[in-house]
Amino acid sequence: MKAFLILEDGTVFNGISIGAKKEIISEIVFNTSMTGYLEILTDPSYAGQAVCMTYPLIGNYGICLDDAESKRPWAEGFIVREISGTDSNFRSEGGIEDYLIKHDIPGIAGIDTRALTKILREKGTMNGMITTDEKYDLPAILPRLKEYTTGRVVEKVSCKEKYTVGKGGFKIALLDVGAKKDIALNLVKRGCEVTVYPCDTAAEEIISAKPDGIMLSNGPGDPKECKEIIKEIKKLYDTDIPIFAICLGHQLMALAVGGDTKKMKYGHRGANHPVKDLKTGRVYISSQNHGYVVDGEKMPEDIAKPLFKNVNDGTVEGMEYKNKKIFTVQFHPEACPGPGDTAFLFDRFLEMIKGGH
Amino acid sequence: MPRLKDIKKVLVIGSGPIVIGQAAEFDYAGTQGCRALKEEGVEVVLINSNPATIMTDKDIADKVYIEPLTAKVLEELIIKEKPDSILPTLGGQAGLNLGMELAESGFLKEHGVRLIGTTAETIKKAEDRLEFKQTMEKIGEPVAPSLVVESVEDGIRFARRIGYPVVLRPAYTLGGSGGGIANDEGQLREILSNGLRLSRVGQVLVERSIAGFKEIEYEVMRDGAGNVITVCNMENLDPVGVHTGDSIVVAPSQTLSDKEYQMLRSSALNIIEELKITGGCNVQFALHPKSFEYCVIEVNPRVSRSSALASKATGYPIAKVAAKIALGYTLDEIKNAITQKTYASFEPALDYCVVKIPRLPFDKFITAKRTLTTQMKATGEVMSICNNFEGALMKAVRSLEQNVDSLLSVDFSKYSAQEMLLKLETVDDRRIYAVAEAIRKGIDIGTIAQITKIDRWFIDKIAVLVNIEKRLREEELSKELLREAKRVEFPDNVIASLTGRSKDEIKKLRDKYGINAAFKMVDTCAAEFAATTPYFYSVYGGEDESGELAAAEKKKKVLVLGSGPIRIGQGIEFDYCCVHATWAFKKAGYETVIINNNPETVSTDFDIADKLYFEPLTEEDVENIVNIEHPDGAVVQFGGQTAIKLTQALMKMGVPILGTSAENVDRAEDRELFDEVLAGTGIKRPAGHTVFTAEEAVKAANDLGYPVLVRPSYVLGGQGMRIAFNDDEINEFIGIINRIAQDHPILVDKYMMGKEIEVDAICDGRDILIPGIMEHIERAGIHSGDSISIYPAPTISEKAKESIADYTERLAKALNVRGMINIQYIVMDDEVYCIEVNPRSSRTVPYISKVTGIPIVELAARAIIGEEIRNMGYEPGLQKNAGHYAIKMPVFSFEKISDAETSLGPEMKSTGECLGISTDLNEALYKAFLGAGISLPKYKQVIITVKDSDKPEIVNIGRRFEKLGYKIYATLSTARFLNNNGVNALKINNIHQESPNIMDLILGHKIDLVVDTPTQGFNKNRDGFIIRRLSIETGITCLTALDTVNALLTSMENEDAQRQLELINIAEL
Repeated sequence: MKAFLILEDGTVFNGISIGAKKEIISEIVFNTSMTGYLEILTDPSYAGQAVCMTYPLIGNYGICLDDAESKRPWAEGFIVREISGTDSNFRSEGGIEDYLIKHDIPGIAGIDTRALTKILREKGTMNGMITTDEKYDLPAILPRLKEYTTGRVVEKVSCKEKYTVGKGGFKIALLDVGAKKDIALNLVKRGCEVTVYPCDTAAEEIISAKPDGIMLSNGPGDPKECKEIIKEIKKLYDTDIPIFAICLGHQLMALAVGGDTKKMKYGHRGANHPVKDLKTGRVYISSQNHGYVVDGEKMPEDIAKPLFKNVNDGTVEGMEYKNKKIFTVQFHPEACPGPGDTAFLFDRFLEMIKGGH
Repeated sequence: MPRLKDIKKVLVIGSGPIVIGQAAEFDYAGTQGCRALKEEGVEVVLINSNPATIMTDKDIADKVYIEPLTAKVLEELIIKEKPDSILPTLGGQAGLNLGMELAESGFLKEHGVRLIGTTAETIKKAEDRLEFKQTMEKIGEPVAPSLVVESVEDGIRFARRIGYPVVLRPAYTLGGSGGGIANDEGQLREILSNGLRLSRVGQVLVERSIAGFKEIEYEVMRDGAGNVITVCNMENLDPVGVHTGDSIVVAPSQTLSDKEYQMLRSSALNIIEELKITGGCNVQFALHPKSFEYCVIEVNPRVSRSSALASKATGYPIAKVAAKIALGYTLDEIKNAITQKTYASFEPALDYCVVKIPRLPFDKFITAKRTLTTQMKATGEVMSICNNFEGALMKAVRSLEQNVDSLLSVDFSKYSAQEMLLKLETVDDRRIYAVAEAIRKGIDIGTIAQITKIDRWFIDKIAVLVNIEKRLREEELSKELLREAKRVEFPDNVIASLTGRSKDEIKKLRDKYGINAAFKMVDTCAAEFAATTPYFYSVYGGEDESGELAAAEKKKKVLVLGSGPIRIGQGIEFDYCCVHATWAFKKAGYETVIINNNPETVSTDFDIADKLYFEPLTEEDVENIVNIEHPDGAVVQFGGQTAIKLTQALMKMGVPILGTSAENVDRAEDRELFDEVLAGTGIKRPAGHTVFTAEEAVKAANDLGYPVLVRPSYVLGGQGMRIAFNDDEINEFIGIINRIAQDHPILVDKYMMGKEIEVDAICDGRDILIPGIMEHIERAGIHSGDSISIYPAPTISEKAKESIADYTERLAKALNVRGMINIQYIVMDDEVYCIEVNPRSSRTVPYISKVTGIPIVELAARAIIGEEIRNMGYEPGLQKNAGHYAIKMPVFSFEKISDAETSLGPEMKSTGECLGISTDLNEALYKAFLGAGISLPKYKQVIITVKDSDKPEIVNIGRRFEKLGYKIYATLSTARFLNNNGVNALKINNIHQESPNIMDLILGHKIDLVVDTPTQGFNKNRDGFIIRRLSIETGITCLTALDTVNALLTSMENEDAQRQLELINIAEL
């Protein structure tokens, strides 16, 4: 079946339909990771977005469900050059096409994903539609595309009830604003007991549970949409509890203390982004997925200073908060997909907690 | 960390002559590395014994020494040049070993020279088997259990413990001879006892076999600050058991999930961190196909063939970055030259699929075993890029230039399905074709995967190609089907033959449907950033990124056709010529475009031409590029036969051929036309005839009188050329010639036993320039590429030289040559005969350019675009001698190819060359042998066994050995002949006679040299063949031409171990 990807600027790509046969409108972004498509599909940060994989051969090793970052895929749509007809891996539990169908995710294959990526690179991230309607009405569709915003997606992806994983060790409160599974897992692996809270949890509830440390997770959408959450985070900031935040959590913390965030032209999504530790000068390759960034210029100097920066474009990749046991990073130390080169940050977090005991 | 200011003068060690396993990739890496050093203002002193390389150019290094790569020479050079540092990581294993040797002996410390790019400790940890094992154990990285044993019993005991199958690797044998895989105790007993005997030190490594695991490689970089990145990973289609150099390799890995990918990536980074490597490193893994179990196979703490492939596959210049790291820079300080936006601390993201296929030399060594093992046999490789695997595979197949253009090209159709099951078990260079046939025969993918241990994903992709074949055969050729066939890169001629149409019809149909190739960029970043110096590959079904750039270019544009994969007969020399031609055209204000598919070479580096197309060199692929680029002309005379073959096609496309016209090329290569040229110029040639059948050949031979030279026309490297002594041999040879598919006639010439002379010349249409005359040590009959060549010709008369210069001029003018011409003559009784004219660049051009200091290719390129020799600062004619002797010595890789015939003849067999240069002819000869790894005497024992016709000549040779204190062993008749003529020789039993015989003598590891002149014919069961193979495999020099033996004796007679060698900086010539 034919499928079409229609972009806000009027560009139309003709391809073939994969996955569910439904029509979607969403933000269109690209990811340059060469492996880890299941992790990407199931990363809650992709809520409200359809992902284009720049690597052309997707689905080769099938679906290894253990690798999913949440219980279901969150990406709204999937855009690939070629979808594998076979799934070859000892852990595979099925093909990717079936997986998409099962989870009602539509997609398009057979398009020139490189051409699409170049458009997004030149013109910036934009909205688009995936449809199988051969009689699509472009003039009618374009205004709808322009109107679309990802909106308040955090509520959609966050857990509804708090729950606990792991046992013993430090008690960590993880505020789930769209958390990938591996954040909690990294802490559990290090012997922590992690209580995961829904995004609308009041700060008081978390504080009263007397956690040894607080983690703010990654998540989707424009951080400025999370006004209530930001307020609660400010309260967490005001305590002495050590805090470590990732991605959206890092942005929310900056906003909570009077900093600012801005939308990037086309974001960072991939497994190859170099970040520099400004204290040691060491450079690490990191996994990234963000379309917004903390504005380094507007960060109150007396409150926080940059901890990491991106080697390619110099953007802020991490902050360290003054007189606080708080540090935050824009990238993903939990990896999955991508390199685990910065997983030591979880150890650093636990060291920080230990220092307080 | 900024650059270390105290590094001012660096000695770079090259890798020496091209041999199997250490080839052009080190010229690429070395050239890139040297340029990176010079860019930083470092004075570069280069040593490499290989004159065919680009790195040994004065444009690349400040001081260039083409001298033997031995510790002694290096020490002398260090004393002479006083570098402050040595960079040994660009010169392969050879460079690394030398650096290590100098560091360990304390010489470097004593002379205040530091090793940069690595440390002696690092090298030891990575290279020493035991230290490596201990290092891996320390950081918890698994290696396959292994043990060095000295007895069969110990081996059996160990194998029982680790379980069968086990791999056996004898220590210090060449080419893995004596090794193998044992599946049970019986096999172990047999292989191990043989291996222990073959090993010079009587040791064999017994290792748990991981054959059948996936073989995965990572290219990683680390800087002095400890920052690490991976450039890319690669997956071998052939599982562990086939050397990665002989495997079909794909980048990035296709069948690994992110978990496996990251697990191995982390392991590679742990290893490079533990080894404290500063630069590039290659880590090879074996990964269990059904679990997360893996083990580290090998680590190469330097640039390698794989790093060259990774560089070309990703656009990340590993050698350049490694050189900058050696100077002290950190990865985040080094700009990515392709994007100019990102830095070297970035992992390339690919948005395409890369396939490499090795070029194996079984067309040259027809007696050799085709099986692929852990011993590499490939002489070269091709790489292709596409946005799907099938397309990349198809493009790589047709890039091989082995008369293959699809998976149907090796015909297994006559076998039944049952037979195919057996065929699949054979691991050789034809296996992918067998897999395709098995699919055609209906064998299911699972079964094929089980037998071959090739991952199902790859087999499924081959099945996609087989399915297209089937549809093309059976269905109407719809637009959709044609589009699908082109998407997976079926060439038009294959579509034509499958659909029963003509190639032109297919092309017309494609034009009608608008199914055309588009070109995409390799930009290191999957289009995330704009690239400034990208290179291109073709795809079907996508937007073109090259045409717009091409159209915007206003300069005159020249297309330079590369020489494809490195093979015996067409080696790195042609890449040298292409690169220099490109530079010359650039200098003359042209926009340059290179098409080539060889990932190992300098020509495919991203910043050589203005634009690079990584594409097969076939008519169709070239036409696609021509349609985008619309070049003002193409040069074909520098890219060997690969480029020459495209001449007609280019003309048909309307691309003017720059330089000598196609018509004149034809006049030189077509026998009849060439005879007219010779007649017109009054130049003699050995009598000969052009024939098409065996009967005609026999008739011609009898007419001329035996011996005769038989060869196909239009070939390079003497492929299929033989000397025939009787009718039977003619019949045998014609049979072989006809096996190599070709439409051209066969030449039968009178064989003349004179001095063989070679010249390269440049002609501007009015004048010619001859840089020098080269003379071969071996008499005519041994391929010029396998002969020792001396410049200037030492033994021919002035009169003969004058004739040669005169004839060269007459021929160049008669053929209306613009650019290069290469002519081979025979001088017999002071008479000059012309045997071959090639109106193109030749194998000797780099060598002769360097030793005369005349930039031949540049001058030729300028002549091609209309400049006159007189205006280039040269007097026309034969140039004055350069004031020294320069000897080009062939180097062979026989030890790598089991069962390859080693005796020399008209068909070329050498893989590389080295140089000996000195004002003294004997010293030059000594250096040449030394450079080729022949450093005698050692034990002063020689075995001589020659055919009857050589016996008179062997007497003097025997005397000379005797005088040098050699003990001579000889087989029955040779011994008798020597003794009868007053030379002492001990008679030894032949192979079939009782022990102790010649075999025991060789296996005693105390023989310096075997002189064995073969009797004619290819019957490899002859004793001589076995003796030659055994000597080669036990590391004994084996010479099969008496002229070479005499030259070696001369060199030994004049040798003085204490002598200070004269080291010549060829940049000053």
